[in-house]
Amino acid sequence: MNIVVCIKQVPDSDKVTIDRETNRLNRAGVPSIINPFDENALEMALQLKDKHGGKITVISMGPPQAEEALRTALSHGADEAILISDRKFGGADTWATSYTITLALKKLADPVDLILFGKQAIDGDTAQVGPGVAHFFGVPMITYAKSCEVTENGFRVQQVTDHGYNVWDVEKPAALTVVKEANQLRMPSLKKKMAAKKAEIPVWGAEQLQPDETKIGLSGSPTKVNKVFAPPVKLNKEILSGEPADMVKELIYKLREKKVL
Amino acid sequence: MSAKKEIWVFAEQENGKLAGVVFELLSEGRKLAAKSGYTLCAVLPSAGGKPMHQELFNYGAKKIYNVEDPRLQTYQNDYFSKVVYSLIEKENPEIVLYGASTIGRSLAPTVAVMGWAGLTADCTELDFDTERQILLQTRPAFGGNIMATIICPDHRPQMSTVRSNVFKKERVSENETGEVVEVKIDLSGVKERMKRVESVVEEVNTVDLKAADYIVSGGRGVGSPENFKVIEGLAGALGGAVGASRATVDAGWISHHHQVGQTGKTVCPLVYVACGISGAIQHLAGMQSADLIIAINKDPDAPIFDVADFGLIGDLHKIVPEFTKQINALRS
Ligand SMILES: Cc1cc2nc3c(=O)[nH]c(=O)nc-3n(C[C@H](O)[C@H](O)[C@H](O)COP(=O)(O)OP(=O)(O)OC[C@H]3O[C@@H](n4cnc5c(N)ncnc54)[C@H](O)[C@@H]3O)c2cc1C
Repeated sequence: MNIVVCIKQVPDSDKVTIDRETNRLNRAGVPSIINPFDENALEMALQLKDKHGGKITVISMGPPQAEEALRTALSHGADEAILISDRKFGGADTWATSYTITLALKKLADPVDLILFGKQAIDGDTAQVGPGVAHFFGVPMITYAKSCEVTENGFRVQQVTDHGYNVWDVEKPAALTVVKEANQLRMPSLKKKMAAKKAEIPVWGAEQLQPDETKIGLSGSPTKVNKVFAPPVKLNKEILSGEPADMVKELIYKLREKKVL
Repeated sequence: MSAKKEIWVFAEQENGKLAGVVFELLSEGRKLAAKSGYTLCAVLPSAGGKPMHQELFNYGAKKIYNVEDPRLQTYQNDYFSKVVYSLIEKENPEIVLYGASTIGRSLAPTVAVMGWAGLTADCTELDFDTERQILLQTRPAFGGNIMATIICPDHRPQMSTVRSNVFKKERVSENETGEVVEVKIDLSGVKERMKRVESVVEEVNTVDLKAADYIVSGGRGVGSPENFKVIEGLAGALGGAVGASRATVDAGWISHHHQVGQTGKTVCPLVYVACGISGAIQHLAGMQSADLIIAINKDPDAPIFDVADFGLIGDLHKIVPEFTKQINALRS
């Protein structure tokens, strides 16, 4: 079975802040990590491979340093890695990203049985690239997958919903986005770590992928960022301290004044 | 291709029951319609739409695109995306809004790439720029550390998803009327590549956080599963629901149905009481739009105080029972 896992290198978003004066992101010194949900996608692939054999290819689109994330994925047990990177792809929104990743999938030598994504990336939180790629690539898509078993013609997938779960039978090839509750990524092995360091990672750019140039990068992206700004802070807050009974008395008085009690 | 001057709300339903977020989107859509002069419409793919029409009108839809097919009884991505995209191609709306539910978050990105439409996920604010005639879509990014306003200048429709409880629902009246446009969309050519074999609702009447006016949430500061009784006590006195931070859910003190935040529920109660919760950005993402926030924490520097309207500095094990006692006294 051939499984492709699409991963994204993201800044550890907890540590990204915004300069309230300039409205610029403070990203300096913020470590890059594999998007946490993509780790769950990778582990799902590894478990399927443990059971059924096959090959896992990890793909990432990003700047040259995203190679690091791919090496990490190899150290956890992926077999091959491909980096999609070109200055022309820069500034892509989810539409242009989905388009570009799909071109890479179409270029893979072996037919793909399953494409896995994390449920969303923690920097943008859009959850749009998985479904986008699935449509461009022409395969059915199940979002928020918690488990995946191989069946005769495809997969049986448990999908987490807003109120419980659904079970789907989907034919292969298929695409899934994977939730955190699915699993936890295994530790990398020392041997694989060493191999990952030396692994050859091909870089596919516009020359290799031959995109329609109007559909990539910033110009291919329907959405644009108009502005970024710091989230508003509350100004009229009241901080109380002292004896619990007094604090609560004052609080209740104020709440009644505001007519919320 | 000039777009029709319409704002569409995807009327998400399963088995003939509309999702709550639809009414929130219609309520917000009315404001956009007033500002833009566009017509507010609902798109209703279902196995039988009639019984749902009145409610859609009552919340402000002036027109309903009614698409009926037995295959639309419950959600299936291939059928629904085909229906919504075919309609968009035919009618060219300016704006399409979806709930950021499991369903909306599959449908909207699929429809976006079927055409060449812009899509902005999880908007917390929508506005219309009358000068440029475009939708301003504001959303948090980087786990809420920054806000970004996204626009879609050259492609149509402009599409957004919005989580439930971000906008307030407001009925226009009980007996609004409007136009129903019956649309036939041929689904026979859509191959059935996936089939739902089971659907389980787990959360029958456990915690109705989404509907609660008062929510009292406990964090790691609560200290133990038994101590959640203190939180339940206050929630009970206020007639509200119990929420929790992820730290307490991960510790196994309380079920994940109670979790509020980025990976839990988004809530928008009248009053949110955060007890022993530090105020991590992922927690704030789920409760920041509460009308009034009360924080109880022993650490005066806890970030939860940045978003609080009222902050009580001290030990929650003393303050919360006192709060419960005084509320009960008031009520009796
Ligand atoms: C991708 C991702 C998604 C996440 N999603 C969520 C989410 O959906 N929801 C969520 O909540 N978190 C989420 N988190 C986790 C989040 O970052 C925090 O770790 C979590 O919210 C912390 O929970 P807490 O405030 O209860 O615990 P802590 O941060 O440990 O805070 C405990 C607080 O209790 C106070 N305290 C202790 N004892 C007392 C006392 N006796 N009286 C009064 N105060 C006391 C302390 O001063 C402290 O401020 C997510 C994290 C990641 C990385």
